[in-house]
Amino acid sequence: MPEIQNFTLNFGPQHPAAHGVLRLILEMNGEVIQKADPHIGLLHRATEKLAESKPYNQTIGYMDRLDYVSMMCNEHAYVLAIEDLLDIKPPLRAQYIRVLFDEITRILNHLMWLGAHGLDVGAMSMFLYCFREREDLMDCYEAVSGTRMHATYYRPGGVYRDLPNEMPKYELSKFKNKKELDRINQARSGSLLDFIDDFAMRFPSCVDDYETLLTDNRIWKQRTVDIAVVSPEKAKALGFTGAMLRGSGIEWDIRKIFPYEVYDLMDFAIPVGSNGDCYDRYLVRIEEMRQSNRIIKQCIKWLRENPGEVMIDDHKIAPPKRIDMKDDMESLIHHFKLFTEGFCVPEGETYVAIEAPKGELGIHLISDGANKPYRLKIRAPGFAHLAAMNDMVEGHMLSDVVAVIGTQDIVFGEIDR
Amino acid sequence: MLKKSIKSKILSEFSELLSLDHTGCDSIFLVDPENLKKTCNLLKSHKDFNFNMLIDITGVDYSTYGDSEWKTEDATDSGFSRSVSYQDRGKANKNIYKPIKRFALVYQLLSLDLKCRISLKTFCKDDNRPMIDSIVDVWPSANWCEREAFDLFGIIFSDHPDLRRLLTDYGFIGHPFRKDFPLTGNVEMRYDPEKGRVIYEPVSIEPRTLVPRSIRDDNRYKLDDKE
Repeated sequence: MPEIQNFTLNFGPQHPAAHGVLRLILEMNGEVIQKADPHIGLLHRATEKLAESKPYNQTIGYMDRLDYVSMMCNEHAYVLAIEDLLDIKPPLRAQYIRVLFDEITRILNHLMWLGAHGLDVGAMSMFLYCFREREDLMDCYEAVSGTRMHATYYRPGGVYRDLPNEMPKYELSKFKNKKELDRINQARSGSLLDFIDDFAMRFPSCVDDYETLLTDNRIWKQRTVDIAVVSPEKAKALGFTGAMLRGSGIEWDIRKIFPYEVYDLMDFAIPVGSNGDCYDRYLVRIEEMRQSNRIIKQCIKWLRENPGEVMIDDHKIAPPKRIDMKDDMESLIHHFKLFTEGFCVPEGETYVAIEAPKGELGIHLISDGANKPYRLKIRAPGFAHLAAMNDMVEGHMLSDVVAVIGTQDIVFGEIDR
Repeated sequence: MLKKSIKSKILSEFSELLSLDHTGCDSIFLVDPENLKKTCNLLKSHKDFNFNMLIDITGVDYSTYGDSEWKTEDATDSGFSRSVSYQDRGKANKNIYKPIKRFALVYQLLSLDLKCRISLKTFCKDDNRPMIDSIVDVWPSANWCEREAFDLFGIIFSDHPDLRRLLTDYGFIGHPFRKDFPLTGNVEMRYDPEKGRVIYEPVSIEPRTLVPRSIRDDNRYKLDDKE
């Protein structure tokens, strides 16, 4: 009888199910995986090195491009680290706006994850439904920052500007008749907060829709239940955070444990799984969307009642108003200095972590007192998750690799940095 | 922030192994490279602390710490100074933190039971050939973090099971996050239609500084005042 050896299979980096540029070297025994060796770095842009060559504020835009489906959360960690070294705190309204947009971002990310995960495993229609809701949230991004994705909205000391009082509307075209136009513009007739409020009212039923398609779906369960089971001990040893850790039954959420901004004033629950398989992590993330929606509603209520400043009144850090620069010499100087040299951050070292949609996103910032960071280290949640790929897929079938990539919620922007 | 009680307890429990690192952050502990693995094992298994997660490892190259590209001292008595060239850039002597060696590693630890974070910092003994014990068998999550530090800083982790480059290209030369590695890199890549393959050649773009690095004294941020 001939001796049958394991063979090696190259998966990616241009595989549609690899979620970007993942290259996996799989050692197979028939259909069963013996060993998986992820090769990463195909999207490495040396963000951390670039940050060392630029004034602090110019790096905020790079942060958006890390995890490019949860943009504002990345900015948040970076901005918090600078604020920690500067020893400043943004105004309360800015903190609420940040929490509001963090949660919008969480829903954005989870919708992307749900759509892509569904698509990978064979639930084609999920993708279309998820992107329908994502479109509305992208419009919120656009309304506050002018861009749909890479917002650069959070700044040290607050947010770039207050929430706008009106939403942009769709215009009449040959593809949209008057009746259709009135229908889609109805939610956009008020302010941005009205629009988000309208979204928050209808979003829970959207989540119900997703669940009717997946939660009791036989094929979905066959593909996810008991796939890539991670025990709590293993999850801790492998450095899992976020939904990956909670899926294994550990109640751990940085928003609760180390509250930043106004999360300690928010009423929300932490969903926890019990088996630590792909299906539990799916359930956890679905529930997180509902909880995010709750937080959004609380933020809207507060933001409606409490108008105010959204940026600190320290022109050594935040630029002065354009109108002041017209007749105030000092404002002009501040503006000039800020945009040519930037602000100097006092010497020190800090590690700040936030609960990004994918897990713990940490920024380790070392400053030597200059206007540029001395060293910036980004702790990407997906990095630790992907490093555990071998432990998760060992002994599974080839088709399960796709389910595992989906459940890890991998984005290469943050892993390769 | 680290609670005072936990901090003093760590310091008293591990008085021979750990000391406080004076960076203005109160949760960074300095550890000797020889004692690193021992300390990590103790911190993980100690029933009172139980640091069961290693969150991240940061490599740091301290060789240009406190360097300034702008002479800010004499700006007022001789008019505005010009930016200084790369060769004769000055060290700003006002820095409070004095790194012991060139390469450092910072380990971020997390205790789920105690709900607290600490950082361990260690400086590699040899500046030319930085080497340190691997802690993969203490926390498996250190695996890729150490590979990354090896790739980007050239720090060698002894007893690491699989020390390969992680983020850079196949066949990459050099350690890009060292401060003496140019931001533009050394080689660029393009497709050569004559040879019919991708070729590497020296970079054609010149490195330039758009905003010079400057360190300014600001009384508001004196560390002494804060404490």
